[in-house]
Amino acid sequence: MNAAPLLRMTGIDKSFLGVRVLHGVDLELRSGELHALVGENGAGKSTLMKVLAGVHRPDGGRIEIDGAEVSFDHPSRARRAGVSTVFQEFNLLPERTVAQNVFLGREILSRGLVDDRAMERTTAELLDDLGLEGISPRARVRHLSVAEQQVVEIVKALSHDARVISMDEPTAALADHEVEVLYRIIARLRERGVGVLYVSHRLKEIFDLADTITVLKDGHRVDTVPADDIAPADLVRRMVGRPVSSVFPERLEPHGEHVGRVRLAVSGGGNTRLDGIDLEVRGGEIVGLAGLQGSGRTEIAHALFGVDRFTRGEVHVDGRRVDPRSPRRAIRAGLALVTEDRKARGLALEQSVTANARLVLDAVNPFGSARRAARVPGLLSSLELVARGGPRQEVRYLSGGNQQKVVLAKWLVTDPGVMVLDEPTRGIDVGAKQAVYTLMRELAAAGVAVLLISSELPELIGMSDRLVVLDDGRVAGELPGGSDEETVMALATGATREAVS
Amino acid sequence: MTRPTRLSPGALSSALRGGTGTVAVLLTLIFLVIAVQNPSFFEGPPLMAFAKKAAPLVVLALGQYLVIVSGEFDLSVGSLVGAQVVIAARLIDGDEASTLPVIGLMLLFGLVVGLVNGLITTVLRVPSIITTLGTMLILFGAVRYWTGGAPTGALSEGFRVFGRHGLDGVPVIGQLPWALVIAAVLTVGAVLLMRSPYGRSLMATGDNDTAAAFSGVRVRRVRTLAFVGSSLAATVAAILIGGFAGVTAQVGQGLEFTAITAVVLGGVVLGGGRGSVIAAVLGALTVEALFTLFNQLYLPSTIQPAAQGLIIIAAVAYASRRGDRRPPRHARRRPVHPNDRPLDPSRR
Repeated sequence: MNAAPLLRMTGIDKSFLGVRVLHGVDLELRSGELHALVGENGAGKSTLMKVLAGVHRPDGGRIEIDGAEVSFDHPSRARRAGVSTVFQEFNLLPERTVAQNVFLGREILSRGLVDDRAMERTTAELLDDLGLEGISPRARVRHLSVAEQQVVEIVKALSHDARVISMDEPTAALADHEVEVLYRIIARLRERGVGVLYVSHRLKEIFDLADTITVLKDGHRVDTVPADDIAPADLVRRMVGRPVSSVFPERLEPHGEHVGRVRLAVSGGGNTRLDGIDLEVRGGEIVGLAGLQGSGRTEIAHALFGVDRFTRGEVHVDGRRVDPRSPRRAIRAGLALVTEDRKARGLALEQSVTANARLVLDAVNPFGSARRAARVPGLLSSLELVARGGPRQEVRYLSGGNQQKVVLAKWLVTDPGVMVLDEPTRGIDVGAKQAVYTLMRELAAAGVAVLLISSELPELIGMSDRLVVLDDGRVAGELPGGSDEETVMALATGATREAVS
Repeated sequence: MTRPTRLSPGALSSALRGGTGTVAVLLTLIFLVIAVQNPSFFEGPPLMAFAKKAAPLVVLALGQYLVIVSGEFDLSVGSLVGAQVVIAARLIDGDEASTLPVIGLMLLFGLVVGLVNGLITTVLRVPSIITTLGTMLILFGAVRYWTGGAPTGALSEGFRVFGRHGLDGVPVIGQLPWALVIAAVLTVGAVLLMRSPYGRSLMATGDNDTAAAFSGVRVRRVRTLAFVGSSLAATVAAILIGGFAGVTAQVGQGLEFTAITAVVLGGVVLGGGRGSVIAAVLGALTVEALFTLFNQLYLPSTIQPAAQGLIIIAAVAYASRRGDRRPPRHARRRPVHPNDRPLDPSRR
């Protein structure tokens, strides 16, 4: 430990809109090392990577490369300093060739014109170097698979003589055999002395690859340990490590004819993203869908709601088989979906509170809409909606919590039998969260089948009667409500099954 | 998120901030200038003559409003007006008895054109500006081919009643033009339509078609019907214009841009989801009043297209200045992961 590390970040602070997301985080990376960054959703991993990539400027702290302080105010500065980042969302131009993408913005010129041949030659060398002769430098990026596009991103990083490459969930979109290729590339990179910073939810990968692991939680660095010195279960505990708070309202006494009956049943549901989904939700029950990002939670919601489709399996609502081919049909069958992305999919932002709240009625049930819409004002006031401009206020001027109440009202007025809530408390304040929790309890008590999707484990565990844990588009297992977070995480990250096999 | 607070504006600028208020103020100003120039303008008959002349544009603006509010454009209406007038002249050919059947046929033709525009835009996913540019050229060419360059035949008296005559013997104004009655009825109809479930779905579709689709709106159907509305409005406008001005080879030319100018001037935001029927109607009246003013000032009529061009740029720039414009659609889209298949069931 005599020489300065390749990369050293010390005391990195970052806030967004007054919310502190990184609290003095330290991190060191040595040449040829793979350093894994782990933590729950929202722990600050992505923010730290973006600070390193020059996407966000840190509010405080130092970044050093080979012991010299650097400051990245733009991603291109970071790249020039030898730091490249492969994000989950690629920055490739689909209609350009591999070589053109690799040299984008610093094309090789010959007599003032772009020399495609030279770029293709250099790209081919880089590809060969990684043992990837399969990709042609002249192929158009749009024809490549996701894994191949990722390779192009890595080659692009190498062509910048990157010494630090950070990767954000690089396997999220890869099939198993493609993951092996990535492993091989990473091994080559390390042989060449590149330091790799690796963010992943998948514990298996982390223990396969990492030399060192840093655990982040709520923006703090919890620990940095050599990978050999820690067991998977121990790592999960450090990622979660917090008492489950008791902010969740008590269950209410159920009433109504539907309580206890199976209202939603999926058997063998599958499509390109999902497989073998078996799911049952009874009236009066809140079932939580747990899983990591990309594990198929939202995909299930979309397949149920006719946005996507199950190409295999059957869906039954209240005992009747349904084939939701469009949201409209799903709504007719008695489903409601509070979408994850409120602004893009939930609301017409420039329309009034009333117009949004009665949109589903207007669209699906035009003849009865006026009569049923008469309930909207009462619903909104029972949700304690605060709109300074009254019901004619455009929803874009409402707070996140109040916007969510408008979305809820829009569905409540349809009297759904099955309510699917995808991240219903994301980006809303504590008070509105309480209102959402209370409403879910009331719905369940009234015999509605509630399916809750959330990346906040405490919320999922605290609200659900049962948990269905997903991993990679499949049901990994089912747990009773009130299970501890470690058990859920272990199942969701595949750690349990690894231990078994 | 709260609206950025501003210093308390005066009554005038407060009226100017909303689209309807602005155009109402503008229309009043132009009327004032007209009245100064020609004090007799507001005595009944001249005003009714103005209304008769403005009625077709009002009707066209109503149709264009439906399409624009849904987030689309309809450039085909000018050619459609021309085609309909020529069709009417050729098929009626002065025969009173065939007036009503031909009007029925014209409405049917309008319906078909609207369906074609709507289905190509929503099902084949051709941007409406291209779809309707195409139908505009097709209609224009087809009519010329059919008539061999010059329109033939003649309209019947019965046909021309709608654009030319009215209810006589009304106190103060003398004659109440049928064109005004038709435009007024259609305006009331459009106001009611926008309050109906269909109108609300249309507005929501123009604002955010993904959210509308997730709420069960049949986005394609709703948009296609807006195109049908626009083509039917163009058909009614053709009946009024044919009656008022008669048959020429140029009839209808450029009307699509006049209609869009009118709607935009009314503060109906391009891209959809904002603006009222009344504002669109006021926009149409303002454009027509401006043309009347040009006439009074003995400006050559060739200046009208140039004035329209200025108005349309100024109106959109003004709307942007208000800060009410959303970022362009592409900027609102989140970056898409290459592995994501399109998830929304709407067309874009």
